[in-house]
Amino acid sequence: MSTGAGRSRSRAWPRLLAVTIVTVVLLWAAFTLYTVGQPLLGAIILGLATGFAVIFGSDRFYGSRFIFPGIAAVLVFIAFPVIYTIYIGFTNYSSSNLLTYPRTIEVLTARGTVDQTTEQPFAIAADDGEYRIWLPESGLLSDPVTLTEEETAALSPAPAPQALLDRREAIALRDGLSRLTLETPDGQLIRNAGLRSFALVIPDYVQTGPDQLTRNDGQVLTANHDIGFFQTEDGQAVSPGWRVNVGLANFERIFTSAGIRGPTVEIFLWTFVFAGLSVTLCFAVGLLLAVILQWEHLRLKPVYRVLLILPYAVPSFISILVFRGLFNQNFGEINLILEALFGLRPNWFTDATLARTMVVIVNTWLGYPYMMLLAMGFLQSVPEDHKKAAVLEGASSIRVFFTITLPQIIPPFLPLLIAAFAFNFNNLVLIFLLTRGLPDIPGTVIPAGKTDILASFTYRLAFDNAGQQFGLAGAITLLIFVVVAAISYANFVAMRRAAARRLGRSA
Amino acid sequence: MIVERPRDLRIKKILAHGFLLIFLALILFPFLMVLSISFREGNFAVGSLIPENPTLEHWVLAFGFDYTRANGDVVSPPYPVLLWMWNSIKVGVIAGLGVLAIATISAYSFSRIRIRGKGAMLDTLFLIQMFPTTLALVAIFAIFDALGDVTPILGLNSHVALILIYLSGVTLHIWTIKGYFDSIDRALDNAAAIDGATPWQTFRYVFLPLAVPIMAVVFVLAFIGFINDYPIASVLIRSESQMTLAVGARLYLNEFRYLWGNFAAAAILSGLPITIVFLIAQRYLVRGLSDGAVKG
Repeated sequence: MSTGAGRSRSRAWPRLLAVTIVTVVLLWAAFTLYTVGQPLLGAIILGLATGFAVIFGSDRFYGSRFIFPGIAAVLVFIAFPVIYTIYIGFTNYSSSNLLTYPRTIEVLTARGTVDQTTEQPFAIAADDGEYRIWLPESGLLSDPVTLTEEETAALSPAPAPQALLDRREAIALRDGLSRLTLETPDGQLIRNAGLRSFALVIPDYVQTGPDQLTRNDGQVLTANHDIGFFQTEDGQAVSPGWRVNVGLANFERIFTSAGIRGPTVEIFLWTFVFAGLSVTLCFAVGLLLAVILQWEHLRLKPVYRVLLILPYAVPSFISILVFRGLFNQNFGEINLILEALFGLRPNWFTDATLARTMVVIVNTWLGYPYMMLLAMGFLQSVPEDHKKAAVLEGASSIRVFFTITLPQIIPPFLPLLIAAFAFNFNNLVLIFLLTRGLPDIPGTVIPAGKTDILASFTYRLAFDNAGQQFGLAGAITLLIFVVVAAISYANFVAMRRAAARRLGRSA
Repeated sequence: MIVERPRDLRIKKILAHGFLLIFLALILFPFLMVLSISFREGNFAVGSLIPENPTLEHWVLAFGFDYTRANGDVVSPPYPVLLWMWNSIKVGVIAGLGVLAIATISAYSFSRIRIRGKGAMLDTLFLIQMFPTTLALVAIFAIFDALGDVTPILGLNSHVALILIYLSGVTLHIWTIKGYFDSIDRALDNAAAIDGATPWQTFRYVFLPLAVPIMAVVFVLAFIGFINDYPIASVLIRSESQMTLAVGARLYLNEFRYLWGNFAAAAILSGLPITIVFLIAQRYLVRGLSDGAVKG
């Protein structure tokens, strides 16, 4: 022990140096986040930096060093986003209220109207790696500008420069031009007003006080921090808005607006049906196959086994898209075969019941191999002599299965079935790649489909093109969160029981 | 086990094989169809199982080359499949190694080092493991949107951001490796401690070499999970050149531009390596799976 301790002491300074560097970098990141208006995230990083410095800097917390990375990853990437999602559920964050308050003021005050009467063409002259702007109509030439950053340059009367850049070279410089302000000799500020001209640009909004903007028509706008918009005197809101806390408004919308409550309830129920059916069918099919594969008189078992787990081996996003093509109503192979055999052409994607059936079929296809693999493992542990005894008593093989085998494999299976339920409860990939939640539920005010599950529903609310309603999506996520927490706890209890049973048996 | 009458046994055997063969025909049908479609002419041409006019067009395009048709038309590849595949593999390998490092170290400490509140931490980990990252998509988007203002490396459309989020998949794997470490005899690390090894040295020279098989399983499982991820990648990645395979593959079957044939070739090309890895590793994966994982 003494040699180990001695070595670690002599090696202490490189460790302390590394800890200091990492801590300083983290502190810098925390401060930067604070300055760009993300105090919450900054505080998290600050906490992380402190924890890191204490645990790795001092010898007292040697054991905790091993756990720190895992705990930090879970806190930062799972706990924090979940809490942040819930927080967003209490805000009006959406495509109409996307920005922070300072950014909103910046965007509004940057808007301007071009004064047509002052508009005049321009040309650019190169000057030792810098540029000069030449206004031929008024005969003015600017001081040299770099056209790489926000700049202001004075104009003065001058003869026309000899070499002017041609049109294409001038267009390549338009980013720099858009940030350039020129000052005429009589004090007017003119700006780039399009590809070909400079003109006097009158700002639409000028900040005239805290929380107050004056529009160029004299109208005074006041910031309303309850709804996150600037409002005119008669209460009209001006876009864009910013994010504010709206309390329980999103939850009120979910529970009171019929256009939202209706589809939410329907999707909620379908999510349970979908997850339940998927788990049941996968379990039944997987177990049946495992039982057949376990039969001692069956030959070619390894071949069957490899072929049967193929659906599990292929990346799921590929399989799901393959089915999307095969089920295609007009030129999908499944409908071709059905038409040839029975003269049927089912509308897999437009009929609600058929679409839901298709989703369950595909999910069973994807999921049974997992259950089969597990069942093959668990079936091994069922004692052979129990079955033998039952058969000697005259029980049929089906009777043996239901009275001897099944009751013995259900307990260890239970936690895994609950986990599979939780997985399917949030099986966004399947729904999204196969149907995108379509067909739509009629009469809704938000995008909601017959095959949507809660997770895909919130995804569409947040990331579909039609109005990104992050706040509403966050509120629904909180509802899902409660359900998942309940499932998760049930699984925890089931896992504990299964573990206790295993221990009891081995003792 | 039980003596059965030969006649019954024969009927049972025929029934079992018959059932399995019919079931296999249903299961393998999609694979055969995709193979057939990838050699067919056109992008949704109807045809028989064995293509009448087999063409390599879709395959040439999938490998990223221009294809010249018989009538002289030159077709360009619609999407950079190989680039997407490279992105997927890059992100998957880096995130997989990261997860492996964090999970192995954490699992070792949870299994062997005395820390106060360990039981509570383990219970919390188990509960958290059930919450998929997809629940926090809105927040993930908002967070990385904000981080992008600090540095574009951590912003939207960045692979670094994607890898960081994938590291949160670590909980499940901590659990798997811990189960393995728990089964290692305590006499081993006690002996190491008596010889003067620090906990880190015990981990590095005793546990790490022993853990290689389970680490391989965890890496493959994590890697497959990341390759298969659609929701997170689709939220974080926007531009075509940064896309992973799972996000990009969807573009082939757009309602307005339905490239069924090209998709088939690209799907086989990109799915084959992962499938082969999985089939080779399947024996070992079974144990990793039954320790409580669910395929993503």
